[in-house]
Amino acid sequence: MSRNATSEAMSGIVGGEAQAGFGDSLDYVTVTIGEQLLGLPISRVHDVFIATRITPVPRAPAEIVGLLNLRGKVVTAICLRKRLGRFVDLSSHCNESCELTAVGIDHAGEAYALIVDAVGEVMRLDRSSFEPTPVHLDRSWSALAAGVHRLEERLLVVLDIDAVLNIGMPAAA
Amino acid sequence: MWVAVSGMDDLLQEFLGETGEHLDTVDRELVRFEQDPNNREILRTIFRLVHTVKGTCGFIGLPRLEALTHAAESVIGQFRDGATVNAIAVTAVLETIDRVKEILAELGEKGQEPEGNDETLIAELRALADTAKQELARSQPPVDAATDPVAAYMARHGVVPPESAEDGLDLVFRSAPGPERRADGRIETTSLPPGAPEEAAQRDSRSGGPPTLRVNVDTIEHLMTMVSELVLTRNQLLEISRRQEDVALKAPLQRLSLITAELQDGVMKIRMQPIGNAWSKLPRIVRDLSSELGKRIELIMEGADTELDRQILDLIKDPLTHMVRNCADHAIEPPQARKAAGKAEHGTVRLAAYHEGGSVTIQISDDGRGLDLARIRRKAVQQGLAPEAEVERMSDAQASRFIFHPGFSTAEAVTAVSGRGVGMDVVKVNVDAIGGLIDVASVSGQGTTITIKIPLTLAIVSALIVASGEQRFAIPQIVVRELVRVKAGAEHRVELINGAPVLRLRERLLPIIVLGALMEGTAGAVGEGFVVVTQIGERQFGIMVDSVFHTEEIVVKPMSTKLRHIPIFSGNTILGDGAVVLIVDPNGIARLVGAAVAAGAPQGFAPAETQRLAERTTMLVFRAGPDSVKAVPLALVTRLEEVPANHFEISGGRTLLNYRGRLMPVTPVGETAIRTQGLQPLVIISEGELTMGLAVDAIVDIVDEVLDVELQAMLDQGALGSAIIRGRATEILDLAHYLPKGDPNWLSGRRGGGDATGGVLLVEPSGFLREMLVPVLKAAGLRVVPAGDIESARRNAAGDGAVLLDLDRDAQGAFALAAELRAADGGPGRQIVGLTSFVTPDLEAAATRAGLDRIMVKFDRRALLAELTEFRPGMRQAA
Repeated sequence: MSRNATSEAMSGIVGGEAQAGFGDSLDYVTVTIGEQLLGLPISRVHDVFIATRITPVPRAPAEIVGLLNLRGKVVTAICLRKRLGRFVDLSSHCNESCELTAVGIDHAGEAYALIVDAVGEVMRLDRSSFEPTPVHLDRSWSALAAGVHRLEERLLVVLDIDAVLNIGMPAAA
Repeated sequence: MWVAVSGMDDLLQEFLGETGEHLDTVDRELVRFEQDPNNREILRTIFRLVHTVKGTCGFIGLPRLEALTHAAESVIGQFRDGATVNAIAVTAVLETIDRVKEILAELGEKGQEPEGNDETLIAELRALADTAKQELARSQPPVDAATDPVAAYMARHGVVPPESAEDGLDLVFRSAPGPERRADGRIETTSLPPGAPEEAAQRDSRSGGPPTLRVNVDTIEHLMTMVSELVLTRNQLLEISRRQEDVALKAPLQRLSLITAELQDGVMKIRMQPIGNAWSKLPRIVRDLSSELGKRIELIMEGADTELDRQILDLIKDPLTHMVRNCADHAIEPPQARKAAGKAEHGTVRLAAYHEGGSVTIQISDDGRGLDLARIRRKAVQQGLAPEAEVERMSDAQASRFIFHPGFSTAEAVTAVSGRGVGMDVVKVNVDAIGGLIDVASVSGQGTTITIKIPLTLAIVSALIVASGEQRFAIPQIVVRELVRVKAGAEHRVELINGAPVLRLRERLLPIIVLGALMEGTAGAVGEGFVVVTQIGERQFGIMVDSVFHTEEIVVKPMSTKLRHIPIFSGNTILGDGAVVLIVDPNGIARLVGAAVAAGAPQGFAPAETQRLAERTTMLVFRAGPDSVKAVPLALVTRLEEVPANHFEISGGRTLLNYRGRLMPVTPVGETAIRTQGLQPLVIISEGELTMGLAVDAIVDIVDEVLDVELQAMLDQGALGSAIIRGRATEILDLAHYLPKGDPNWLSGRRGGGDATGGVLLVEPSGFLREMLVPVLKAAGLRVVPAGDIESARRNAAGDGAVLLDLDRDAQGAFALAAELRAADGGPGRQIVGLTSFVTPDLEAAATRAGLDRIMVKFDRRALLAELTEFRPGMRQAA
């Protein structure tokens, strides 16, 4: 399959200059799982969309919700909640007209969608507020976290997208 | 590709591509030419191509290549003039072409001609050209310029024959019409540079076909992807229009649909290539192999113009080469052997391809020695691929298929003798990967045919859309044989054997796999629905689904890497309504439920499991008589049947049944009364030509248990002993007791009169195995003395009978006993055979040292009997 250029619109949330803007600041797309704020490096996020119709894949790893059709492309949907070892309320999963919030990510030439509870804003944060992952974090979290940003009100856990997509790696296990 | 050649100018890149193709053709044509030296057409092609390569090399400035091709050209020039075509010369030219290819490869990587010395090769070619020239000079009178039309032509047009062309005045070639001829037919009188006519001729032959354009493969791939997307979009539009009654939309949509279909066809055609492209290297390979092996092999290729998708072509190229190599290497016998077998001295390998429906069939056949089935069976048992009894019951066709079993061929011992087999498993994996089917048929001494059926393309396939539960799935149409509607109480209904669903279909039982159950891993309800009858090779099974919608052309998209490990899906696709559906992989299903589909399928028992067979046995449990549960090892059972009671015939006090066109004796087991009405369950036992039915009251179950058999003293009761199966005391049936009842000829018919002079001492510590083997040996007309340990064996070892020694329990003790016996006999008069569950080379070596005649697998009943009966005449003479 051809890999579409990243110039595709990101549902209006990502500004054009955000891609290149590194240096002392870091850009994240923030998402939430329960109360926890999580950050995805913006360079890895392809787009944000609402997934409506997901085809479950029997015998697939539990974290994989299924496959969905995003503009003619088959995308593998991964439940971030499950990936982080959180309880998944089955009723929140696809019944008739359920809508799931998904973050599109390209990884090794394949399209993935991370199903999250909600997508927040794009944040530009200073490197000085970045700290390594606390040592006592649960294994399923520490394996997926790249570090933590201290915000004024709350903490933002930065996710290592490669680790999140590396299903089969010990996470909740 | 792009990276490799970036920075190189387009000219060189084009030169590489074109020259590579030319050289492949030369390769192929030279081999053809060697077989048919009088074919001037072929020679002309070769000369032209080599000359073109030479010319281009000189033009671009590649001196090394130019020198090489020039030398090769002069040798070919001698052929053209009538010099004898010999293998040495052809080999030298082929070597030159190989060298040229090597240089080209480096040229492609580095962008410049590599350093190197070709003196030796060039000198060899020169010497060959000189020899040929002398030969020609001797056989032909000097050319008289006045009478030679070519010389006259040359003189007329003022062409000075160049040094190389001096020996290259080819009549056919020079007199060929070229574009130099003006419209009025006059030939241009300009002086042509040497070689120009050849190039002209080439241009001429090119202009004969339609003009062509070189396109990067990536461009076509991209185009294909786009067309696939277009097909999907079209499908979606069609789906929408189906729901809306907008007439204005209908007409343009219809047109769009047609154009899309045409576009799809067109792009597919671009991707299509004749299968001959994958064969181009084969003549050379066969030629080299035959001279190397001293065999005479003819390669016949039919249907080389059959077209296939490029992607598939790439995938089957290596397997095909591999199989042809196998044929030449192993299957075709040396000329003497062939002559002795009354066959033509030269062997034939035939490669044929043709279209059949939406797929391409490729056949590779040879007239060699055929597969050594006996050895394949033996090896299959030794490698633990299937229990001995099962292997024994298999038809030859089923047994041959072991060659496709993973790892089957890795053992060098098989391949040396049986021929085929090196990497046939790899071939199968490759064919499976593209959704193809592979099968083998072999007749001993007459040859082997391997048939491969592959889809035309992988990108777009026709699929049956089915539903199971809430979900839809696509099943590739190529494997679907038919659809059967099933319903409880209807003509076609699904029945259960110990929970395993089966369907009666035209006098056969078809194993059923319930798709829903497979998906959820739970037992699905078997009620109403459809059975998709699926065929893979000769195996048939049914996939049960809830409903069937329609057939749709789907664009196959590969599974995500995260999901590729799931064997039951081969990919996914987007349907017209935009939904993603999974494509069911029937091969994967067949493998996954292997045990359920065991109807002739080789099973993947690990060797470790075979070793455990000693204790673990699968038993068929049935009821015979009002309160009696009996069991018989399933391995000994051929089939289970239910026969209407009125089909039985009574003749001479025996009950007979017309079974598959033969009269089969039917014997009741224990207290079973053969029914006079309704259905009578039968357990069919067969051995070679003899078949008999055991009438039982009911089949209860099939269990796989570790049996602790308590042996019974009185063997004549028809039971070997009893064991606790599923908490119930169960009698283990002694088949040897029943067999003679069914057919009194059983014993005498078996081994040429059953001369029972041969005594056999059986040393086997496992009571169960001992009791299983004793009836077998007895049935073969042997007198058996069983012994449970080496001590008691030693006491009973008097006489000159054969000794069967268990090596699993105490190998050292067994070897010691063997040595003692040998010493006592004072020679190799007595036959001593070691029995083991698993033969290892170490054990084999130790056994030879200890003086054992052979070492055999315990469960290989057939081989064991063959060994014992073959040895007997010799023993009698010795006695």
